[in-house]
Parts: sequence; C-alpha cells; structure tokens
Amino acid sequence: MTALRDAFLSAVVALGLFGPMVGLVTTSGDGGLSLHARPIATAVVVGLVFVGRLLILSWRGRPRRATNRPIAERLVRSGKYITPLLLIAAVALPFSGSRYYIDLGTLVLTYIMLGWGLNIVVGLAGLLDLGYVAFYAVGAYSYALLATTFGLGFWTCLPMAGILAALWGVMLGFPVLRLRGDYLAIVTLAFGEIIRIVLINWTSLTNGPNGITGIPRPTLFGLAFSMDGGPGTFGGFFDIEPEVIQRIIFLYYVILGLALLTNWVSLRLRRMPLGRAWEALREDEVACRSLGINVRNTKLTAFGIGAMFGGFAGAFFATRQAFISPESFTFIESATVLAIVVLGGLGSQLGVALAAIVMVGGLEALRDLLSVLGDQMHSPVFAGIASELPLYRMLIFGLALVVMMVLRPRGLVSGRTPTVALTKVKAIAPDLVAQGRG
Amino acid sequence: MAYALQQLINGVTLGMIYGLIAVGYTMVYGIIGMINFAHGDVFMVGSFLSLIALLGLSALGITSVPLALALTLLFAAGIAALYGWTVERVAYRPLRGSFRLAPLISAIGMSITLQNFVQVSQGARVKPMDAILPGGIQLMDRGGFAVQLSWMQIAIVVITLTILGLFTWLVTKTPLGRTMRACEQDLKMASLLGIDTDRTISLTFVIGAALAAVAGFMFLLYYGVIDFYIGFIAGVKAFTAAVLGGIGSLPGAVLGGLLIGLIEVFWSAYFSIEYKDVASFSILIIVLIFRPTGLLGRAEVEKV
Repeated sequence: MTALRDAFLSAVVALGLFGPMVGLVTTSGDGGLSLHARPIATAVVVGLVFVGRLLILSWRGRPRRATNRPIAERLVRSGKYITPLLLIAAVALPFSGSRYYIDLGTLVLTYIMLGWGLNIVVGLAGLLDLGYVAFYAVGAYSYALLATTFGLGFWTCLPMAGILAALWGVMLGFPVLRLRGDYLAIVTLAFGEIIRIVLINWTSLTNGPNGITGIPRPTLFGLAFSMDGGPGTFGGFFDIEPEVIQRIIFLYYVILGLALLTNWVSLRLRRMPLGRAWEALREDEVACRSLGINVRNTKLTAFGIGAMFGGFAGAFFATRQAFISPESFTFIESATVLAIVVLGGLGSQLGVALAAIVMVGGLEALRDLLSVLGDQMHSPVFAGIASELPLYRMLIFGLALVVMMVLRPRGLVSGRTPTVALTKVKAIAPDLVAQGRG
Repeated sequence: MAYALQQLINGVTLGMIYGLIAVGYTMVYGIIGMINFAHGDVFMVGSFLSLIALLGLSALGITSVPLALALTLLFAAGIAALYGWTVERVAYRPLRGSFRLAPLISAIGMSITLQNFVQVSQGARVKPMDAILPGGIQLMDRGGFAVQLSWMQIAIVVITLTILGLFTWLVTKTPLGRTMRACEQDLKMASLLGIDTDRTISLTFVIGAALAAVAGFMFLLYYGVIDFYIGFIAGVKAFTAAVLGGIGSLPGAVLGGLLIGLIEVFWSAYFSIEYKDVASFSILIIVLIFRPTGLLGRAEVEKV
C-alpha cells in the first residue's frame, strides 16, 4: 500500500515536471510562436513514471540471496580469461568481412584508446580532466594541417601530433598544478572550450567551421591504398584487386596497434617509479609531498603522456575520416571518454575496454535498434515518434550515466588498488624499533 | 564615452543574470562541495518554462504586462524548483558519501539528460519571441550615439535586485537560512546538532533552481531567443562568476556575475565578439592561478 502511495506521489511530481514541458509544446508558425497541447504524450510519460516507480520499489523489496558476490570481484577473477578472449576477438574481427562491424570496431577501439589515455590522467594520477577532447583536437588538427600544408605522410606526422598534444598537455598542466578536484575539472573544461572556439574562429589556419577536407590516408610502408592499382599501391604490389575494404581493415589494425601500444605503455609505466608516484599522488597528495615526491613533475608527466595518447588518437581520427571540423570536438566527447574511464573503474585497463564496448558499441546498437523500430512502426500514432527516435539516443545515454553511477558508483571493475602495495604485515623486533630503524 | 556608458548598462544587465545563476552554484558548492553540473540546464529549463507560460498567458487573454510577468515568474520558478528537487533526489542523494567523482559524473549525465529532454520535447530549433516591453528611456545623445536604457533592462535589474534582496533576507534572517549556513560551515556537526541535513540540502537545490529559473526568464526577456543549448555556456560562465567571487560566498557570486557580464560585454564591444567566451574562460584560469580563493572567498585550510 505504501508502495502504491509512493508511486502515486511520484506520478504527481512527474505531472508537475512533464505537464508543462511535454504537455505544452512551442511551435514556430507564421504568426510567431504558438502553443499546442499534447495530453496523450504527457499521460504516457506520467504513466511510465508511475509504473517505473512501482517496479523499482518491488525490486528493492525483493528477498536477497545470502551469497551475492559483487560483479566486480567476479570480473577481476575472470579477467585473466576475458583479456585474451577480447584480444583474440579484436584480432579476428576483420575476418568477419563485414564492413559495418569493422567500422564499428574501429570506432570502439578509438574510444578504448582515448579511455586508456585519459585513464593515465584520471585513473592513475587522480587528476580530473574534463577537457581531454582538446588534445584529441590538437592531434587531429596537427596531422591534418601538416599533411595538407607540407604534404607529410601519416607515419611522419603521428609522432609530431603526439608531441604537440603532449606540449599542450604540459602547457595546460602548468597553470592548474596548484588546483585540485573540482576546480581542476572546470579549468580543463574551459580549456577544451577555448581550443574549440579558437578552431572555429581562426579561419585563416583551420578553415573555421567548414573544417579541413582531403586529409591523406595512411600508407603501409609506403604502399598507398588507392583504387587505381598502380605499382606503388597496396593492390599493385601484392598483385591483388584493390578494394575499399582493404583500407578499412588496414585502418582497423592501425588503431588496434595504437590502442595496444597505449595499454602496454601504461601497464609498463605503472610499474616504474613514475607510475607508482602517480598512484601515490592519487591516494594522497600531502603524503606524497612529505615523502619527497616531486608533485609538479609527476603531475606534468601525467598530463603530458595522457595528452600524447589523445593526440595519437586524434591523428588517427583525422586520417580515418579524411575530414575534420570543430563539430567533432565538443564537450560531449570529453564527457563520453570520462564516463568510459569512470564506468570502467578508475585505473582498470580491462574495465575501460569493457566500458567502451558497452557505451560506444551499446550506443550504436541502440541507434540501430531504434531506427529498425522506427521502420517497423507504421501506425500513424507512432509515425511522429519513429522519425524522432534517433534523437532519444543522447537522452538515454545521459540517463544511463546517472543510473550506472547510482547503481555502481565505483564502476564496473573497481581496480583501485595500487599496483605496488605492502600486503604482508611484517613483525619487527623491538630492539630494531628502539634504534629507530622500524 | 557614450558608447562606454551604453556597454556599462548592457554589462550590468547581463551580469545580473549570471549572478543569479552563480548563486545556485555557490550555495550547492558551499554545502556539499560539488559542482552541480546540471544547474546551467535547470536555468535553460526555467527559460523554456517562462516562454511556455508567457505564450499560455497570452492565449488565455491576459494582456496586463506586470500581471503576466509576475505570473510567469511564479510559474517558472515553481516548476524549475521541482526540477531542482528531482535532480537532487534522483541523481545526487543516492551518491552522498560516495567517492568524489561519482556525483560529478552523475551531474554530467543529468545535464546531458535535461538538454536532450528539452530538445526532444520542445524541438531543436531556436525559439524567437517578440519583445514584451518595447521602448525605453534615452539617457543622452552625444555625437549621434544615443544611450538607451530600455524598460526591459530596468525590469531585469529591478526584478533581480528584489529577488536577491528576498534571498538575502531568507539566508540571514530566517531559521531555514540559519540551518543552511550551519550546514555550509560543517555538515556533520550540523546533523549532530539535530538539523535535518537532507531536507536542508533539498531546499538549497530548490532555492537555487528557482533563482536559476528567474535568471532564465531574464535571459528570455533580454535576448528574446532561446534554444536547448543555452544552459551549457551560461552555466560555465556562471560557475566562473562563482569562482571569481569566491566560491561559497553569496555576495561574491553576485559580484563575480557582474564582473563577468561587464568583461564579456566590454570585450565584445572593443575587441572581438567571437572570442568573448575565450575572454571569460581565460579570466577563470587566471583567477584560479593567482587567487584561488576568489575575490571574497575564504582560504581553505588543509587539515592533515
């Protein structure tokens, strides 16, 4: 009975929330704006809230099993099986031959790489960065400008894009060294926006909102993937019929290699003194300072290396799309990558990969599902909704962020334990303590 | 000179709007120490609610301008307060006591949700509206440049000052204000002394959202054009204002808002309008480097 009352109250609140915003829609016509009422839509939304609240309440009140091992623990345990499986699946994916899956795989891998790059800054060093997309943009524009202006190739520009992005990372790092937590978040957010505004308005360099077109594709040891099949091309050299899919598969393996490089470097760095210093910094900055860790250099390297991988990913993005514009580097990208890192469980490499697959792949799957649903619904009532269905994608993404945070605030895989930790308690003899060696 | 005076008037008007939003940020930050990322979007929702209310009132045949303004203000503030309450209840309260990043991510999710909710429910196109209060006073005319003080600007400044006066009275003189200040000083101690902290935090969000809705209404009156994306930039700028004034300080938020408004207007007038956002954001970065406590803020003592 209390559940019913509670659900009823929720429905009343929902009526207040959605009555004006959903029930009354402003439409522009000839005589300016006018209002239209949509009672059915409002009733549907309010009804959904009522039913949803009832379901949540009954789910919460369900009898719980005594042994309910957390998902995180199970994931960490099965991690040693999942990782090779994922790797095999990633390597084998192009053999499916489906262009759609390879494209989707490339997209997911780009986000995995971005996630691993940001993981160094947020997950390892504990510096909250909301402007990571700025480095992605720097990398993309570095490659695009170097390639279109000086005619340099992808493999020459890739390190340069990384270095330039790292430089910007350090430049951003300097002023924000003293800031912590939320202040850092808002400054990095502002920095990301500054970069985007400059990209839009510096038309003489970046061609403004129109973006840069005709960015060259990468080559395989000098062999281009062009369709003419001449002697200097991939098709001509191996004497096979040139096809578009070859380039797509090649791009897929390039991003797979780049992502694995990111993973390998961050796994290695974690075991080095620098990586340990990052993790110590994340746990307690004051303790770090008093133990003699150079906090400034530690933070700057985290920003620099994280930004470098963002720059690599950006250069890859530019070469894959062959066209970039400031549109691609909005705050929503930063939010998506940050969400991937946080949902993956800060600091966990496997978690980031899984989260990227769920978020980006899930988002794409959702888009397909929605467009198929839209095609299926021919009835006139749903016709209006069907055409707008892809619009709901970001709405669902936002809600999913909130729901996942509320349900699993520590992320899918909570691997926050430092790489190096003292696990064994050692007893020290009292005579040693007395001499001050304890 | 006349040009500068005109910019001063415009800057103060815009600054009032930023100040109203900044108060919401600074209150929430002061009490629970989080950036309420969705606050800018509550402002945007408030703006849309005002538009809907104005259209609804004109459809009902209410032509008296003061009455329409007052009713719209009440409606928008009331419903937006409900939004603020719901956002806190759904997205932040379950995460209280969780680790630091969790509420921030949840807030970003809420911000995306609100933006896309409005885009889906009200459409992605910009909503232009006719001016309700056309005309104004011509203050002076020098060298062919007339300095205009429109009725709209007067209305915005008067309404904002009235609301801020009410708000100051609420915080300094009422029992609710006392509990809010107590929570701001020490949340745990306040709860030990029998203050219902959950209720106080809820009310903080409700008041902040109502103020943001007033700002949204002013924004609609001032610019006459809104869309679902206005909340993001306005939110970041208002947060900049809160930081500039010293986060946690209520007079600081209004002062910071005025400064940001003036900087933005003067930058657009004398330098370039394209880079006005860059100017505000650079100010944020510079302030944080040289004076992280803001103009009126207290230094945060770090306890080990």
